[in-house]
This record gives sequence, C-alpha cells and structure tokens, in this order.
Amino acid sequence: MIGGSLDPSGRGGDPARGRDGDVVLTSRVRLARNIAGFSFLTRASRDDRRRIVSLASARFAGDAVSPGLRWVDLAEADTLERHALVERRLISRQLAAGDEPRGALIAEDDGRTSIMVNEEDHLRLQVMRAGLDVRGAWDEIDRIDDRVESIVEYAFCPKFGYLTACPTNVGTGLRVSAMLHMPGLKLINEIDKVRRAAKAMNLAVRGYYGEGSEAVGDIYQLSNQTTLGRTEEEILAAFTDDILPKIIEYERHARRRLLESRRSVVEDLVHRAIGTLLHARLMNADEAVKLLSHVRLGVALGMVSGVGFDLIEELMLHAQPGHLQLAVGAELNQAQRRPARASLLRERLGAAVSAG
Amino acid sequence: MKCERCDNEATVHEVTILKGQKVEKHLCESCARDDGIAVQGVSPALQSLTGALASVSGPGEPEAKAPACGGCGLTYKEFRHHGLLGCPDCYHAFEALLRPMLERAHEGGAEHVGKAPKRSAGALERQREIALLRKGLAEALAAEQYERAAEFRDRLRDAGVDVAAAREAQR
Ligand SMILES: [Zn+2]
Ligand SMILES: [Zn+2]
Repeated sequence: MIGGSLDPSGRGGDPARGRDGDVVLTSRVRLARNIAGFSFLTRASRDDRRRIVSLASARFAGDAVSPGLRWVDLAEADTLERHALVERRLISRQLAAGDEPRGALIAEDDGRTSIMVNEEDHLRLQVMRAGLDVRGAWDEIDRIDDRVESIVEYAFCPKFGYLTACPTNVGTGLRVSAMLHMPGLKLINEIDKVRRAAKAMNLAVRGYYGEGSEAVGDIYQLSNQTTLGRTEEEILAAFTDDILPKIIEYERHARRRLLESRRSVVEDLVHRAIGTLLHARLMNADEAVKLLSHVRLGVALGMVSGVGFDLIEELMLHAQPGHLQLAVGAELNQAQRRPARASLLRERLGAAVSAG
Repeated sequence: MKCERCDNEATVHEVTILKGQKVEKHLCESCARDDGIAVQGVSPALQSLTGALASVSGPGEPEAKAPACGGCGLTYKEFRHHGLLGCPDCYHAFEALLRPMLERAHEGGAEHVGKAPKRSAGALERQREIALLRKGLAEALAAEQYERAAEFRDRLRDAGVDVAAAREAQR
C-alpha cells in the first residue's frame, strides 16, 4: 500500500526546505526516452507494451538505476493508490487511466524519483526537489539516465537526439519545471504580465491545482518548451539563472508593495483564512487550497507563528481526495469527504497554531 | 543457430566485453527485445510493401504524397491527426515535412546539440576514427608513401575493418 511506503509529507523527504522556498514549492526535471527496437506506443502492439513493462520492471526495480525503486503495476493497482500517485505528481493522469499494460517505478523512501513506463513515451524519468533546485534534480536524473542507458539502448539519432513520440519533446527530451506560489502578483493584478512574459520566453504556464485555466491557490507551474537545438546546460541556465530569479524577485517585490500600501488587507486575508480553516465544518478541495495559499502568504510575510511551509504543502496534498482517504484510512464518497476534510484541517492546523 | 532462450532461430548476435571477458549473445528477435537490444523493426520486404501502398495514396498536398514510414507504416496524415509519431524511423521518413514544424516548436532549433547516449556516441566516435584512417591510407597511397600506408592498413585492421573491402568501397 502506498500510504505506508511513501513519505507522508509528500514533499520529497528533504530535511531542508530548499532555496527560495517562500516562492518556489518544488522543482522538477523530466526526461522522455524510448527504447530502440520498439515502435512508439501509438504503433506498439499489446505484446510490445507487455515486453516493455516486463523489461522495465525486471531491470530497473530495486537499486539498479536509482535507490529503492518499487515497481507499481498500474493495470493492477487499486484506484486509491493510482489517485495518490497522481496527486503526488509521481505519475500523470494519463498513465493512471486506461487499461493497457503500463506501470511506474517509484522511489520507496522519499517519493521524489519516478519512472513512468508506457506513458506517451516508453520511459519518462522524473526527479523532484524541494524549493528551487533544478540543477540538483538535473544532476540526479542525468545519473539515472546513464544507468538506464547502460541497460537498454535508447532510440537516438545524432541529428534529432533522443527520439520521442511527440516532436515537441525531441532532442534532449528535457522538461524542467518549477511550481511557484504567486499570491502577491495575483493581489496586485499583475499575474497576467507574468503569463505574457513567460510566453514570450517560450515557457508554458499552467495552474497547478484545478482543471481549468484558473490557478487555484495562486500556484503556477512554469516549464520550458524548447528541447531541440539547445544543450541541457543551456536549457537549465536559461531557466534557473535567468528566468526564474526574475519571476521570484517580481513576486517578492509585489509582496513588499502590498505590505507597504495594504498591510491590513493582507493581514485580514491571512487570518480570515486561518479562522475558516480552524472552524469550518464542510470543506471542498479547491477551497482548502485557496485558504492554505493565503496562510502560506502569511507565513512568508512572518504574520503567522507555529506554521511552516512544510505543513501547508502537506495539508494541500491531504486535502486532495486520494490522500484524504488514505489519511482517514477509509473510502469516502464525495459527500463524506467534505466533513472529513474540514475535520482533518481543523485538527492539523489547530495543533500547529496552538503550539506556536 | 538456435536462440539461447527459446527454440526460435537466433537472428541477433551481440558480442560485448565485460570485465575483459568476451560475452556472446545469440537470440531471436523477440528475446533480444526483451533484453533491450535494438533490432531492426520491420523486414525489408514489408518495408517496400508499405512504401508501395503509401505511394498509391494519391495526389494533392505534398504531405499526402509522402510515403508512409517504412518502420511502422504511419502516414503523415495520421501523424497530423494525432500529433504523435509511430516509431524512431518516422523522423527520417517525414524529415522534410517535420523540419519547419520542429523549427517553429523549438525557437529555430533544428539539430540536436545535447547529451548523447554513450553507446551510440562510442559508435559514432569509432566511425569517425575509421573514416580518418581511411582518408590517411588513401592519401599515403596517392603520395606513394607505402610505409605510412602499411601503418594505416594495420590500424584499420586493428579496428576490425577489412582493408581490401574498404579499398573496394573507396573506388
Ligand atoms: Zn528466443
Ligand atoms: Zn515510423
């Protein structure tokens, strides 16, 4: 069962909060790879898919390519486990659904490394880190990639690099991303400027929570889109040395402006959020994320004691249906989840606030 | 020769050096795939068949005329429909059609400049080295420097190249 084997905080087992944690929640690096000799998955037979699954599960599990990788057969896994893995971003929604042979290798102890098998590409390697640490994540995934490559031969050609099912990933197959908390820019109505600037720099911007275009909880995921014609180092440098520091500074600037001109409005927002979380009896997931986002802003501005970023991230995760059910230890329908969620948030946040 | 793992005919033969020991593998295609060894996807006969079928697909835009991929049979039209390619060979089958799209998607980037797997990098290196040795041999012969030519010949032989065949190919 997933509940017992993964770090419950879901933040990657990092004891240190990570660099620029006031704005950056996590950094992530992903490599798209295919195994030579097989068609890509749109043209692969069920037999081929099965072969790729048995190859990956037999050869990459354990410590062969990264410490403590556990094979999860997603054709067999129960719904709750699949939901929890999606909520942790260890696998995609696409991989969780469907009935084809597929699976994932998941880091047992820290839950920050995974290899998706038979998603859009045969292999999707992924490493997450707390805070801004795209380079740390890259170093690790580069090592894992080398080890995988010593076991299987990748589909690669010198001209186009690592060959991927979708031409938008070809070349390095590298996608770097960061999850950013930007409530300040939202409050001063400048979030659209960031979106436009990011697009101009060829970055994709997505809301992290929620399905639509609205970013629930002011959490955004930024990622590169160009993978061909640049070295990995150039992609990393543009992202972590150039683009991200500017956006982080922009958000901090917005927060300072808010404190100078509208301090009481911000304080009201933060403490109303805490009040609601401490007393509400029914809570849906999006509302919880929105309120926790405001508390996080308060923590970053030093307005709240006893609560850390780690707790907030943990609660945002536990407000999600899969993790809520794991935390409660029972299957709950939609109507049962709202009181259960409210009660979990009251207890956990209450304990922290009264201790602080 | 029979496959080491099953009763099929072994068609994939791989020789690797592990800790100074020569390790030979003789496998059928299916067992080789299970081992992660690259094997040619489609027989040449099937390749020409899919090619022939594709050329029947009729006139129209250039993409309609593009033959299907010999590796997997995907047509360019099907690719445009789903946005996903069918196999590694598709990149070469549709290269001319993909190029403008790649340059648009990757800020003008047209060729890979990043990391390369050590295996294929090694193979490339070796190919480059052999090409240089061949060039040296040809130059030495042209300059009638027979001693130098013999040196190049020895080094080519060390690199596992049949010199007579190589000279044949140069003509
Ligand atoms: Zn066999
Ligand atoms: Zn193809």
